Amino acid sequence: MAETAPIVEMKKINKTFPGVKALSNVDFRLFRGEVHALMGQNGAGKSTLVKVLTGVYKQDSGAMLLNGKPIKPDSPLAAQKLGINTVYQEVNLCLNLSVAENIFIGKEPKRLGRIDWKSMNRKAEEVLERLNIRIDVTRTLASYSIAIQQMVAIARVLDSTAKVLILDEPTSSLDEHEVEQLFKVIRKLRDEGLAILFITHFLDQTYQISDRITVLKNGDFVGEFETSKLPKLELITKMLGKELSEFSYSAKSGQKREQGAVEQGKQSLLTARQFGLQGSIAPFDLELGQGEVLGLAGLLGSGRTEMARLLFGIDNADQGELFVKGKKSTINSPRGAMMAGIGYCTEDRKNEGIFAELSIRDNIILAVQARNGTFKYLSSKRKLEIADELIKVLGIKTPSSSSEARQLSGGNQQKVMLARWLATKPIVLILDEPTRGIDVGAKLEIMEQILNLGREGLGIIFISSEFEEVLRCSSKVAVLKDKVKIAELHGEEMTENQIMRTIAGGK
Amino acid sequence: MAWWRSISSKKFFWPFIALLFLLVFNLFFTPHFFRVEVKEGHLYGNVIDILKNGAPIMILAIGLTLVIATKGIDISVGSVVAVSAGVVAMLIGGDLHGVPKNPIWYAMVVAVLVCIAAGLWNGMLVSRIGMQPIIATLILFVAGRGIAMVTTNAMVVWLYAKPFALLGQGYVFGLPFSIYIVVVLLIITTLFTRRTAMGMFIEAVGINPKAARFAGINAKNILLGVYAFSGFCAGISGLVVCSTVMSADGNNAGLGYELDAILAVVLGGTSLNGGKYYLVGSIIGALIVETLTTTIYAFGVPPEISRVVKAIVVWGMCLLQSSKFRSMIAGAFTKKELSV
Repeated sequence: MAETAPIVEMKKINKTFPGVKALSNVDFRLFRGEVHALMGQNGAGKSTLVKVLTGVYKQDSGAMLLNGKPIKPDSPLAAQKLGINTVYQEVNLCLNLSVAENIFIGKEPKRLGRIDWKSMNRKAEEVLERLNIRIDVTRTLASYSIAIQQMVAIARVLDSTAKVLILDEPTSSLDEHEVEQLFKVIRKLRDEGLAILFITHFLDQTYQISDRITVLKNGDFVGEFETSKLPKLELITKMLGKELSEFSYSAKSGQKREQGAVEQGKQSLLTARQFGLQGSIAPFDLELGQGEVLGLAGLLGSGRTEMARLLFGIDNADQGELFVKGKKSTINSPRGAMMAGIGYCTEDRKNEGIFAELSIRDNIILAVQARNGTFKYLSSKRKLEIADELIKVLGIKTPSSSSEARQLSGGNQQKVMLARWLATKPIVLILDEPTRGIDVGAKLEIMEQILNLGREGLGIIFISSEFEEVLRCSSKVAVLKDKVKIAELHGEEMTENQIMRTIAGGK
Repeated sequence: MAWWRSISSKKFFWPFIALLFLLVFNLFFTPHFFRVEVKEGHLYGNVIDILKNGAPIMILAIGLTLVIATKGIDISVGSVVAVSAGVVAMLIGGDLHGVPKNPIWYAMVVAVLVCIAAGLWNGMLVSRIGMQPIIATLILFVAGRGIAMVTTNAMVVWLYAKPFALLGQGYVFGLPFSIYIVVVLLIITTLFTRRTAMGMFIEAVGINPKAARFAGINAKNILLGVYAFSGFCAGISGLVVCSTVMSADGNNAGLGYELDAILAVVLGGTSLNGGKYYLVGSIIGALIVETLTTTIYAFGVPPEISRVVKAIVVWGMCLLQSSKFRSMIAGAFTKKELSV
């Protein structure tokens, strides 16, 4: 990396939201031909900084330079015109349109006033070719994997004027292979001279792909580092501002707890026998005892979520049996599952979990109230008690329980969903990717909560793409592959290596 | 400015301002608009007419508010009004001496039950079959008039049973009886949805139906319920309409009411995107619609352009209620101040 002039330079950026200082005197530099990772916990100011750069927000003070010239983008469109393009975490494309249409939507090549389909498809193929992807661009986007969709989103913003590419959590819904595919593309673009800003929560990926790291903490600029000269542990301490001894705490307690759970796990809470649904997940056996944490490990699309949906009654099994506390269950809806004492935190908080416009309090008490029915209405005092207690216990950061849920960060929304189910005092809790898209600190807190709940006798099914997390929390691990439960690992077998070997071996 | 912000952020503040604006306009430009006289112990005047004529729309708007809160719509209510009127008229019968064929209470109950059934039909299509609400209710929007025609044998039935006239023409303590129906229905609906968890469930279903289902809410039954309730309200509204003119006309009873009622709900601050709803706002919205209609008549707008005038005023009011538009206006002003 030659120390030439940066393509983007942000100097002493300040931004205050009502009640929160989101950024204070943050400096940021981005060079041509580098991949720059922006790291920090939730609330560190990463998104705010990116939104200032892309014209979504206007900074209170501070200057932004592009190629040395001051810029003041007042909208994402203005930023795009300057060559600053963003691909967001949630892919904002139209699934029912073709790949080519998605790439050229709003800027379709025209001939005689009509869309020139032939040249559009050809150009789409060319753009994708640049990313080393060869697919049929006339098929609908929905027929491709999320990884391909992500790359289509990237292809969409790449044109001759693109100078800066911002990738916001691009890998959060990709499996390992897909991530590698994406990284190849990123490296290629970097070598072509693009400046790439990469935001992720995955530490390993940061080290795999980035040349330089900027760390933010609570809106403050911590520092800019060369990735190769910053050991992982040091990065974590910089992000957390915590000592290392605190960080390793939860791993240890996890192992301690594991032994206790085996003894404790006498009463069976959930037993599945050849439980399955054609086209969703192959019949599986499952046993979950009191105080046990069953981890579901597998790559994306391996059937983890499908298993959870079946157990929670979202999908209905067409074979096998399910027993709750030894009794045969007839659960055929989420409501039925809830009544039986099962809770489910979905992996898709935005579409299946959070009620954005309802208050945090209502979001939390909704499931309890649904169980109580319409007429046993919780008094506002009782609602406040339940909500405030859980907000305190889970450490949800909000000025008040009457704020709207959409104002919360991802990690806090996740905790709100956890709170919703804890309020129902379930016997079994299914957590589908509860740590997805949230920062390291919140991840640790949530895993700590999971372990605590296990200690209190709850049966927990824990789904995560990160094997390390699964291992840290679980007392046993079920391994899934291609919609089949292929193995269950106990005790000493529970290592990342063993999981990967199991998946690779495809027993 | 703090008081202003806290007041102007209240949801029915802007609908209320819109209504006030209309009334102030009338105060200056429509002679005798606010004159209220006492005749035969009743109050007479434009303002009283607004309450009386607006009652059927207000009743419909109460039911529609809940439907719209679930991100649905019910365009069949106008036709269901005609069904209600038709059923009640046939059961009471057109005896010239005013002797009802069946007890009047019985006729009214049956008419409302039929309308609840119509609402359940809508609710079934939306919640069980998963039809889009506008299409599902389009069926009864069309078929309802047909059903009304069949019940009245395609004739306009005139009623002479005096007691039935109370609903639409009667006065209690000087005020139209129908306005008491509105108030009672509003209070009951508010209590039922805000003193129970129903209101929260309805809003939850409107904001995120999938999440509502996953949180254990029986979203299907909530949907079924709100459409049935909308049918119930249309039934009551139909009784008032029938009683006001003492006749049932399958072709014209409640014609176009669905649009006025939807307009009332939207003017009242409930978004067509579902979620938070405001029953009082909807009543104010209905008052705006009715005041506007009355103003246009009282002011003497030529009938050929009256609809255009109405549309322009409604357009202006929608702009007034859009916070985006308001901040644009405010922004324009502050910029000017800065440049001076």
